[in-house]
Amino acid sequence: MDFSRISRRHLLQGGAALTLGAAAGARPAFAADTTIGFIYVGSRDDYGYNQAHAQGAAALKKIPGLKVVEEEKVPETDAVEKTIESMINLDGATLLFPTSFGYYNPHMIKMATKYPKLRFEHCGGLWTDKDPKNAGSYFGYIDEAQYISGIVAGHTSKSGKLGFVAAKPIPQVLRNINAFALGAKLANPKATTQVIFTGDWSMPVKEAEATNSLIDQGVDVLTCHVDGPKTMVENAARRGAMVCGYHVNQSPLAPKAYLTGAEWNWEALYPKFVKMIAAGESIANFYRGGLKEEIVKTSPYGEAVSAEARKHADQVKAKFLSADGYAIFKGGLVDNKGKTVIAAGTDRGQKDPELEKMDYLVEGVIGATS
Amino acid sequence: MADGSIGLWTVPLAVLGGAIRVSTPFLFVSLGECITERSGRINLGLEGTLVMGAMSAYGISYLTGSPWLGVLAAGVTGALLGALHAGICSLPRVNDVAVGIALMLFGTGLAFYLGKPLIEPTAPRLPAIDFGWWSDIPQLRAALRVNALFLIGVALAPILYWAFRTTRWGLLIRTAGESSDAARAMGHSVLLIRLRATMVGGFLAGIGGSFLSLFYPGSWNEGLSSGQGITAVALVIFARWDPLLCLWASLAFGGAAALGPALQSVGVTSGYHLFNAAPYILTLAIMIITCSPKRTLTGAPAELSITR
Repeated sequence: MDFSRISRRHLLQGGAALTLGAAAGARPAFAADTTIGFIYVGSRDDYGYNQAHAQGAAALKKIPGLKVVEEEKVPETDAVEKTIESMINLDGATLLFPTSFGYYNPHMIKMATKYPKLRFEHCGGLWTDKDPKNAGSYFGYIDEAQYISGIVAGHTSKSGKLGFVAAKPIPQVLRNINAFALGAKLANPKATTQVIFTGDWSMPVKEAEATNSLIDQGVDVLTCHVDGPKTMVENAARRGAMVCGYHVNQSPLAPKAYLTGAEWNWEALYPKFVKMIAAGESIANFYRGGLKEEIVKTSPYGEAVSAEARKHADQVKAKFLSADGYAIFKGGLVDNKGKTVIAAGTDRGQKDPELEKMDYLVEGVIGATS
Repeated sequence: MADGSIGLWTVPLAVLGGAIRVSTPFLFVSLGECITERSGRINLGLEGTLVMGAMSAYGISYLTGSPWLGVLAAGVTGALLGALHAGICSLPRVNDVAVGIALMLFGTGLAFYLGKPLIEPTAPRLPAIDFGWWSDIPQLRAALRVNALFLIGVALAPILYWAFRTTRWGLLIRTAGESSDAARAMGHSVLLIRLRATMVGGFLAGIGGSFLSLFYPGSWNEGLSSGQGITAVALVIFARWDPLLCLWASLAFGGAAALGPALQSVGVTSGYHLFNAAPYILTLAIMIITCSPKRTLTGAPAELSITR
């Protein structure tokens, strides 16, 4: 904890903000000098997950009257409760963004129950009716952007073999792998996506080894779902393979090898949240969206992307942006063990909660979830 | 093969490549720790030294444009941390294990703090020497792209082995490690010998760190070491304080680290958590095979606080 932040002035401010919040009713109206707390599980400049959130926080700092307090490398344990308490009591935070998956239950729920007048917004959690009303969970359908990456990768790959360096076989990761593989098959029906799980969110040596093994197998386009894609991007580019990024734009790391990437767009969402609260609108407790809702975006195409690939990817992107939307996971979907996982005729739209429980790898993916 | 893949051959090749790529930090840290422990002191802080070395090498390489200056800076940083450890341990009634743990936390914390602005920029890397020029299999060529630091490490192991046995310096270090009274009776300052041994140990560990950030994986980030420094210290114990065995143990560890990803890439996907844990299983297995309740560890310096 940063004890240098504690001062009498801060304590007074905190107290004042709390009283203000209490006076304004269940949902605090955002007057001048509102403090917003951001909590990251890792380093805020990791070229990945945490940096994406920090960019969102940076967008809030530009809005006059808002004060942003941040704490990084907070483990997904009781430690996050202490951080939340200190942000509330010492900094006077009235809106909190605990950004890591493991913060949600029980830690953030406990805090939201204890401070019913403050607002908590969690990234990635699954809010249910049983959870406090002042807590919310938001997340983006980044698989839409991964699907676009897959299309570009499928067009670009000469061997038809794509690689995916993944951390753990949890639903969010599997959904990204599957979307990428399905996108690639749209471009090249014979394309395969080989996945390697490293076992944890940040294992640079394992990620580098996985990248090398995939390239040794003939893979020539790679992407990943780990906390910091820097290792994969740099090592793949060194071996002459192409890459699709993840979390944020990694093209400065490998300008020639970077095709496109799936990025978060928190710098659009967070100011939107704040404006909604200030205007007295309620934010849905279960908030989801994709390309259309500007929660995710794709990186600009790299120079190695052909005109044909651009055209195809842009066409599909337009479908995501259209009023009808677009379903990646369509009926008749078979997993890589030959089992039908989505029955023919039932398309699973992006908002279908079933997709957030994904536990399979689709046909065309080489790898296993356990 | 026509499609450029080499099928199951990936596994032995990846283990070979992994042994060369991943082993170097293990090698440098274990050789450094070998020198320190032979002088009768254990420095558990080498994890911190490794991370500090990685950070300072990356920073200096980025600022000056010369990766070799980065390697030197990493070594100097390591030596300074070693001097700090030895300096604190020279005080009466100070436990070297506790100081080591404190320095491990200090080193990693300081490196993360100073290394914040270094995560984004890309620093010039160390060059690779292409030993696979004779082969037209790209995978083999990639595995045989060797860094000079690896070769230095491999050469250092027999040199240290020889130096411990036959040189005056080797004898002094061993004397300080086996019996400080004998060293004192010979008119040498045990503290000074240990200070130098710890500094050399830190120097080597720092260089091991520079390999991580400047060659493989080849960039600075906070998860870079993920415990390799600590593993290397344990490696010294089961290498029986023998530099040559340190070399083999490091190679085995490097190869084991490559096994998990390589098996997954050829389609052996069941139980990858187990294969990812291969280096640690290897440690446990060797520890169990070689330990005995009936005697102290053979080869252990008698002055070492863990054996005394």
